[in-house]
Amino acid sequence: MTSTLQGTTPAARAPRARRGIASLPFLAPGTIFLIVFMAIPVGLLFFYTFFKRGRFGGLVFEFTLDNWIKLAEPLYLGVILQSIVLALIVTVLALLIGYPMAYAIAGLSPTWRTVALIAIVLPFWTNFLIRTYAWILLLNNAGWVNQWLQGLGLTDEPISMLYTPQAIVVGLLYMYLPLMVLPLYASLQQLDPSLREAATNLGASPWRAFRTVTLPLSLPGALTGCIFVFVPAMSNFVIPELIGGGKTIMVGNLVRDQFFEARDWPFGATLALVLTLLLVLVILVQSAVSRRLTEGPRRG
Amino acid sequence: MPTTRRIAAAAAGTIALAFAVTSCSSGGGGSETLDPAADLSEQTLTVSIWADYYPEDLAEQFEEATGVKTTIVNHTTNEDIVAKLTASSDPDIDVAFVSGQYAQALAEQGLLAKLDKSLIPNEENLYPEALELPYDEGNVYSEPYAWGTTGLCYRPDLTGYDPTSWNDLLTPKPELVGKTTMLSTDRWLAMPALKAAGNSLNTTDDAELDAAKAQLIETKPTLLAYDDTTFYTKLVSGEAAMVEAWDGWCNYGIADNPDITFVIPEEGADLWVDTMTVLESSKNKEAAMAFIDYILDPEVQSWVAENILYKVPNQAAMEALDPALIESYPTLGITVDELFEQEVIVDLGEDALKYVDLNAEVLATN
Repeated sequence: MTSTLQGTTPAARAPRARRGIASLPFLAPGTIFLIVFMAIPVGLLFFYTFFKRGRFGGLVFEFTLDNWIKLAEPLYLGVILQSIVLALIVTVLALLIGYPMAYAIAGLSPTWRTVALIAIVLPFWTNFLIRTYAWILLLNNAGWVNQWLQGLGLTDEPISMLYTPQAIVVGLLYMYLPLMVLPLYASLQQLDPSLREAATNLGASPWRAFRTVTLPLSLPGALTGCIFVFVPAMSNFVIPELIGGGKTIMVGNLVRDQFFEARDWPFGATLALVLTLLLVLVILVQSAVSRRLTEGPRRG
Repeated sequence: MPTTRRIAAAAAGTIALAFAVTSCSSGGGGSETLDPAADLSEQTLTVSIWADYYPEDLAEQFEEATGVKTTIVNHTTNEDIVAKLTASSDPDIDVAFVSGQYAQALAEQGLLAKLDKSLIPNEENLYPEALELPYDEGNVYSEPYAWGTTGLCYRPDLTGYDPTSWNDLLTPKPELVGKTTMLSTDRWLAMPALKAAGNSLNTTDDAELDAAKAQLIETKPTLLAYDDTTFYTKLVSGEAAMVEAWDGWCNYGIADNPDITFVIPEEGADLWVDTMTVLESSKNKEAAMAFIDYILDPEVQSWVAENILYKVPNQAAMEALDPALIESYPTLGITVDELFEQEVIVDLGEDALKYVDLNAEVLATN
């Protein structure tokens, strides 16, 4: 029996209550960590949203709903919506590029697999800012890409690529593509080859075997990859600032600017909380869908 | 200010955030008398200053001269250090470098100690005008470290003409669309629009600010980018033809391309001053005063002009400056009279938030 199927057999499920108590000591460190570094800070954020700002940051302890009212302004809603759209585009592109990559890597010999995986992870060894600045060197009007395009006679005038929303998509895609490839690879590599062989033996074409066997079984990995890409892409503020030239801003920039430029902690907290809630919602949807996919439709 | 590092600020600010809940500050006025005979070697000193804005061995130099054990810490922006200073009653900083308008605000909150002039004899090296700056008349709470203005830094070979007005930036010629950058921080975002309309850069009038905001939103699509930190490199690479720039920073471009030119637009600009202040909470005030006095030594303060390429308010230091340096970097030759034709940025109290909101809205508009 394969590992993917094992988890779904009733025998593998211990009675709920007993399992709960037994795992308590194992859960404790993580739970404490989450309470101290997640629950309490988020609680503080929530608390901040109901007060007025101090002149140099901080809070004035006067109750107000202004921060939530301000959030409804088209200006801010527009930025949130724009961030969702940009992050979605990046996620879809990452999936389209990442899936074939992961599929190909999973089919390599073990040696080449290691090489390919190292190649994918390698950029992470370089500082994030340096990699971002590299894109500036590549994309600017006097940059390498334009020099090549002009040198090859493909264009006379440099094409403006940097400081555009498209450049932000490219930057985010580059940054987070490995986060799509790795979970996809993990799920594709786990697939039992005999399942595909069975499909082929029963007369399925390679495409049909892929569509009905491999693809559905790799969907949880794809969903995980989508979350890994969407969540940080949505909240990134460095790439919009450096590669987007500060002209197209995302909700991450908005949060940062509220704290550092505007020194408006309560409104910054409101924005940060909304961003967090949005991302939690996305993750909840993902895990619900993912559970359905692995466990099949609920019985009874 | 000039050393705004927005990204690094993110990290530093997280720390400030941690102090949020305990936000409170004790009042003060700085009336205690200092002991001129205090043994400085018994004191320690913590100085907070912008990164890359002082000689690397400043702490050792000062320690050698006075025996004071000195630690230098960096802040990235005025907002950053002010948040740190206002967040706790004893931030463990003795001397803080802030821009003039922030020194004014901190003094009004009672956070700064009055300077003991008997311990700062080197004040006499300053230009007389440097004692009459409106954010702190008579330098009661602050001594100036460096000063300058803001204008247009441009490549004549790329612009094809010599800009003279803020409108050259706000409504660029068609061929310069996508080839200009503006500062996006603090009071410098609104300044070109306010000055172009003939208004004060310290205005608190809502109609004037709304007009400036509308202009800036109109200008936004014509910009290559907002840039507070690398605009001069964009000039050097030719990506930009004209940028809003602090005079000292334009020099960093000139260092790579001597064709780059700086002009103060005819409508006028700001006079910004970076100052040194002593915290009221400091327990080492004698050492702090000695530190400020040490900086005001022409030999020491001239380092700023020679290495950072900012003008210093120290007459003795400026007069001793190598004329060849001024020839290479003409902004160093801007006279005190020319500087004082510009408008000094002052603190606006609660109305400062109007500028904060203006910036936030302009930057968030697509």
